[in-house]
Amino acid sequence: MLAYIIRRVGQSILVLLFTGLVAFSMFSFVGDPIDNMLGQERTQADVERLRTELGLDRPFVVQYYKFLEQAVQGNFGLSYRQGRPVGEILLERAPATLELAFVSGLLALVGGIGLGIFTAIRRQGWAANVIMTVSLIGVSLPTFLIGILLIYLFSVELGWLPSFGRGEVTQIGGWSTGFLTASGLKALILPAITLGLYQMTLIMRLVRTEMLEVLRMDYIRFARARGIRERAINFRHALKNTLVPVITITGLQLGSIIAFAIITETVFQWPGVGLLFINAIQFVDIPVMAAYLMMISVMFVGINLIVDMLYFAIDPRLRVDRTAGGH
Amino acid sequence: MKTTGILAAALLASTSLAASAETLRWARAGDSLTLDPHAQNEGPTHTLAHQIYEPLIIRDMSGEFQAALATDWAPSADDPNVWVFNLRQGVKYHDGADFTAEDVVFSINRAKSDNSNMKELLNSIVEVRAVDDHTVEFVTDGPNPILPSNLTNLFMMDKGWTEANDSVAVQDVEGGESTFASQNANGTGAFTLVSREPDVRTVLEQNPDYWGMDMFPMDVTRIEYTPIQNAATRVAALLSGEVDFIQDVPVQDLGRVGDTEGLLVKTAPQNRVIFFGMNMGAEDLANDDVEGANPLADARVRKAMSMAINRDAIQQVVMRGQSEPAGMIAPPFVNGWTEEMDASSATDVEAAKALMEEAGYADGFSIQLDCPNDRYINDEAICQAAVGMLAQIGVTVNLDAKPKAQHFPLITNGETDFYMLGWGVPTYDSEYIFNFLVHTRGEERGSWNNTGYSNADVDAQIVSLASETDLEARNATIADIWEVVQDEQLYIPIHHQVLNWGMTDKIGIEVSPEDDPKFKFMEMN
Repeated sequence: MLAYIIRRVGQSILVLLFTGLVAFSMFSFVGDPIDNMLGQERTQADVERLRTELGLDRPFVVQYYKFLEQAVQGNFGLSYRQGRPVGEILLERAPATLELAFVSGLLALVGGIGLGIFTAIRRQGWAANVIMTVSLIGVSLPTFLIGILLIYLFSVELGWLPSFGRGEVTQIGGWSTGFLTASGLKALILPAITLGLYQMTLIMRLVRTEMLEVLRMDYIRFARARGIRERAINFRHALKNTLVPVITITGLQLGSIIAFAIITETVFQWPGVGLLFINAIQFVDIPVMAAYLMMISVMFVGINLIVDMLYFAIDPRLRVDRTAGGH
Repeated sequence: MKTTGILAAALLASTSLAASAETLRWARAGDSLTLDPHAQNEGPTHTLAHQIYEPLIIRDMSGEFQAALATDWAPSADDPNVWVFNLRQGVKYHDGADFTAEDVVFSINRAKSDNSNMKELLNSIVEVRAVDDHTVEFVTDGPNPILPSNLTNLFMMDKGWTEANDSVAVQDVEGGESTFASQNANGTGAFTLVSREPDVRTVLEQNPDYWGMDMFPMDVTRIEYTPIQNAATRVAALLSGEVDFIQDVPVQDLGRVGDTEGLLVKTAPQNRVIFFGMNMGAEDLANDDVEGANPLADARVRKAMSMAINRDAIQQVVMRGQSEPAGMIAPPFVNGWTEEMDASSATDVEAAKALMEEAGYADGFSIQLDCPNDRYINDEAICQAAVGMLAQIGVTVNLDAKPKAQHFPLITNGETDFYMLGWGVPTYDSEYIFNFLVHTRGEERGSWNNTGYSNADVDAQIVSLASETDLEARNATIADIWEVVQDEQLYIPIHHQVLNWGMTDKIGIEVSPEDDPKFKFMEMN
């Protein structure tokens, strides 16, 4: 077990370093930050001076090394666009994204599992069929379109919910929360639905398929034959055994909820890290891009690591013989 | 600063209840990059700064000079190299300090320092001296007739406040820490800063002690500024009544906003012309299929290409009527612009083909067109339209559209042969256009001239404009240079961009050519 963990952690660090290298090799294709930083009246001498000062004239491997050297000391540099420390900006923006991701994740998990069970058990009912059909929309419509449709329906036509921003936020220590005010909660609804809809339908369809499969298993039949109540069979025996693949997917999806909040945040002008990243790309704000990408890859790698550990806890077969593998 | 802001807000809240408090909720695509008024020379940054800080002279909403912190200005009678500015008396900064000549000297020197992004506009200034508390003299390196037009975005900071807060050096991104002045503000303007979260929200309150209280409408008492990047969301926010005033209305939504009850769209020509540039100077082009020769070096080819562009079709179809077809690369309010030159040349495919044949390119050629896709209104769509139009005369265009951060380095590094560019003229004078787009590319001038055009006579004429004080002679030289530019078909003009502002119908404000609303002029009913 310990050796397994150490090996996984070692692999994770390698993956992180490699991701950073790829990211830095791509920055030169995003464009030239100097052009945005100096106005159209700048002279060639200014351009050269700034390029040297920022170290942009050096090969990307050197730039990457400099970045790592600073980053391990907790210094991510200064944003080219805002002229403030990147770490400070990320910390300021993180609560918005995390709160949004938390609410959409919860929505996706609760809604997805609930509806998944429902459609599996009542697989012939009309309600289940309607849900399955509607869920196709969630899977196939792009996020930005769902967001804009929701805005037009609930903000412009009905006027119930705000179309942009976070509403009033309350500062608790360094954390700004929208949970404590009515306008903050109202502002959360549309972005959370937009961001969570895809994940919800995905989890729902997954739970349904797994559940249908499990319900066909012999032990369920024997349980039925023994006269165990239907409720206990569905929820105690069948559900528990469908959860392994659901946890894998949910874990990975949690990462992508945070990472792909970019689109939702842009549509709703949600002041989180995703919006920050989009602005950084447009401005070629290399320090912000680098820090954001490292943060996201740390998160993905971390979540994967935790999911791997959870397997151990949930699936006893893995503990006996890893090569046999369940799913 | 914070406490004074809150105090001012509290005071204002008590007084303005009687006067009817009018909050303006304002949204546009981008946010100001910094509060340091000399750190960035960029539209949204200046627009926010204009509410809080003031220059000596401003341009009013129609683009005309108006006295701000200076009451009058004129070249010195004794010395043609000196401009004398008389300053407004009794003006106070938001923190209560007096505005004096000392602050002007300090601010100009600060704006001329190394990290400043405004320094290029002040190149000609050798020295600024305070004659007395309310008179300042600007000494230039030669007579400079258009000095005032370089000062309209040059904001005056308080010397004492800036020094006390350790912000004498202009914010420098590489320098390490961010400065106090980049996150706080103390100006003389009509509004004071209450709070600011970059990219999220900026709140301003009316300055009750503003010197111009009785001279301007001053109807707006509070401003809440939110950048909303996504165009559809921005329009939705206006439609749903969450904001009162938006800039950058996308052309496809103009009808929708205009047709909505209680909303209106106001339109005016912008200070920006869109055109194509061509590399005529190279021996051979890298991005074409003609070996050993440069088709663009032949003026007949350039003229033929210009004749093939159907500017009316671009206006009608691509821009949905929201543009003015152009015949020259100067916006209409710029000194040197004439109606005759700006009359767009008629599309004539047959004549264009004949010109191509005369130049020896009857079978045409193929070339790459570099185009931005996130900088100008419908930029990529304009280029796509041009591809089809140029195909009619045998010029096969391969379109390469990229984000602006990748597009503009191609031009400044000379890596493109055929490209789209847009140009605004902050000084409202042709010299600015010639300096950057016509003069031979070199250290001082011509940094955006990627055409490879180099004409020593024209260069000499352009240089002479800087110091010619006889305005008539100067205007004659400008006209001469334009004649060459037009004859040579140095650029292919497309159109002048049109600005659209969407607002509720209780707002009264004219669209300014610079896209910079100054809210002291705004009326609210």
